[in-house]
Amino acid sequence: MAKRIDVNDLNVYYSKFLAVEGVSINIEPKSVTAFIGPSGCGKSTFLRTLNRMHEVIPGGRVEGQVLLDGDDLYGAGVDPVTVRSQIGMVFQRPNPFPTMSIKDNVLAGVKLNGTKISRSDADDLVEKSLRGANLWNEVKDRLDKPGSGLSGGQQQRLCIARTIAVKPDVILMDEPCSALDPISTLAIEDLINELKNDYTVVIVTHNMQQAARVSDKTAFFNIAGTGKPGKLIEFNETSAIFSNPEQKATEDYVSGRFG
Amino acid sequence: MTTNALTSKSSTSGRMGDKIFSGAALAAGILILVTLFAVAVFLLIQALPTFFADPAEVSGGQGFFTYIWPIVVGTVIAAAIALLIATPVGLGVALFISHFAPRKVAGPLGYVIDLLAAIPSVIYGAWGYMVLAPTLVPGFEWLSKNLGFIPLFEGPASQTGKTMLTAGIVLAVMVLPIITSLSREIFLQTPKLHEEAALALGATRWEMIKTAVIPFARPGIISAVMLGLGRALGETMAVALVLSTGNLIPSLIKTGNQTIAAEIALNFPEAFGLRLSELIAAGLVLFLITLLVNIIARGIISRHKEFSGAN
Repeated sequence: MAKRIDVNDLNVYYSKFLAVEGVSINIEPKSVTAFIGPSGCGKSTFLRTLNRMHEVIPGGRVEGQVLLDGDDLYGAGVDPVTVRSQIGMVFQRPNPFPTMSIKDNVLAGVKLNGTKISRSDADDLVEKSLRGANLWNEVKDRLDKPGSGLSGGQQQRLCIARTIAVKPDVILMDEPCSALDPISTLAIEDLINELKNDYTVVIVTHNMQQAARVSDKTAFFNIAGTGKPGKLIEFNETSAIFSNPEQKATEDYVSGRFG
Repeated sequence: MTTNALTSKSSTSGRMGDKIFSGAALAAGILILVTLFAVAVFLLIQALPTFFADPAEVSGGQGFFTYIWPIVVGTVIAAAIALLIATPVGLGVALFISHFAPRKVAGPLGYVIDLLAAIPSVIYGAWGYMVLAPTLVPGFEWLSKNLGFIPLFEGPASQTGKTMLTAGIVLAVMVLPIITSLSREIFLQTPKLHEEAALALGATRWEMIKTAVIPFARPGIISAVMLGLGRALGETMAVALVLSTGNLIPSLIKTGNQTIAAEIALNFPEAFGLRLSELIAAGLVLFLITLLVNIIARGIISRHKEFSGAN
């Protein structure tokens, strides 16, 4: 349940290219942290290092420490599979498994690792997860229909249900609303507010209003120029970042002067 | 008189391109159907005399059905052996190339597998007959000694190794590149999004393949196996060279059995009159088997349409 994340001086590479440099950040449990910044500044790349999804890309590697309640994710003998089952991720585009029913999608993560689950337990978990993702009332009569038949916003909530079904400690969201309409976006934002009660949530967003609406703390990333590594410029209470930033670059960005 | 501004004279060249293209596509589609139809008609007309002939005059002397069913069974057995071996191996190799092998190995390996498809079947036949068959003889003897109680492996084993099992193995090697290269292409097309979804849930690489890759590739795998089956059913030269033919017997390690394609190839040069008609009728039967198999495969694929991700 809801663990804290501490990152110490993390460098992120694509093969030899340094994409993100020297990030140190402390993320409190049961809080929502937003990463904002211009395109290409490395915020999504950095997010993916928090559950070791970065190394799925050929050549992807990191230097430094990421601690989950004090345990180093990149420590010797740590299996990325274990890491990912404790730190879930929701992607930019909704990606339910197209060949699975809504119910099977929710259970997809639970059934991994050869876990057996009784039918009644499975039904309970499906209902609980879908309720947790505010989707239950919309899909309860068609659990056996394919997940790909839902609308984009519903699919994204199905992906969130799938993520919380494995009971992670942390949920990472990579621009979860960028492919959705305003109504669906609102539904997801409400959901993020509720998820905060049980999970640590980290969200990357391009939408500054969204960051202001949903997050407790905000981290601003920036890049000096193309080919240069992205850096964490400022990390503070969301209200401070938007009303009284310490750095000039942050102020320029949140006030819309660039980016 | 008012003129409608929307009835423009522009873009007529674009319209022309549209017309030419749709015409060409339609012509190609019709050509395929006409060809198929012509083949079917040819087979039917040429085969007709067999069905109306006096049963005593047909080879074997007991009518066409008695003549054809043992070689139909033989054809199916040979193809079944080939697919039983080639499907798991082919899918395994394809998965290795697409998801496990380091890039430096994957490229050349895929290329080598594709080359296997370019070797003429007579070479496979010669290899099966000169190298594989003698090599397999000790294995057949072991099978007949230890598993001889199963009718499939009933002894005494062939001393030349020119048996149904050898022919099936040669066919498997020939079918392997078809299944491998088609399914590899499909495995590579799995959306990254779905693979990452599985990994982010804590899937191991194999679990990711089970939840994201295989379900996505399922219709493609079935098509690949069906194409392989098509080749195995119709393969002539390799079987004709490898198999020492005879009557239909259950044992796969004794001399015997025959397939339709090899039966036609071996007898066609000297056939005339009713015998020729018989062989063409055998071809018609093979044509129908292939058609049936493809219809079944289509059925399997479309039954899962709702979950194919195409919606």
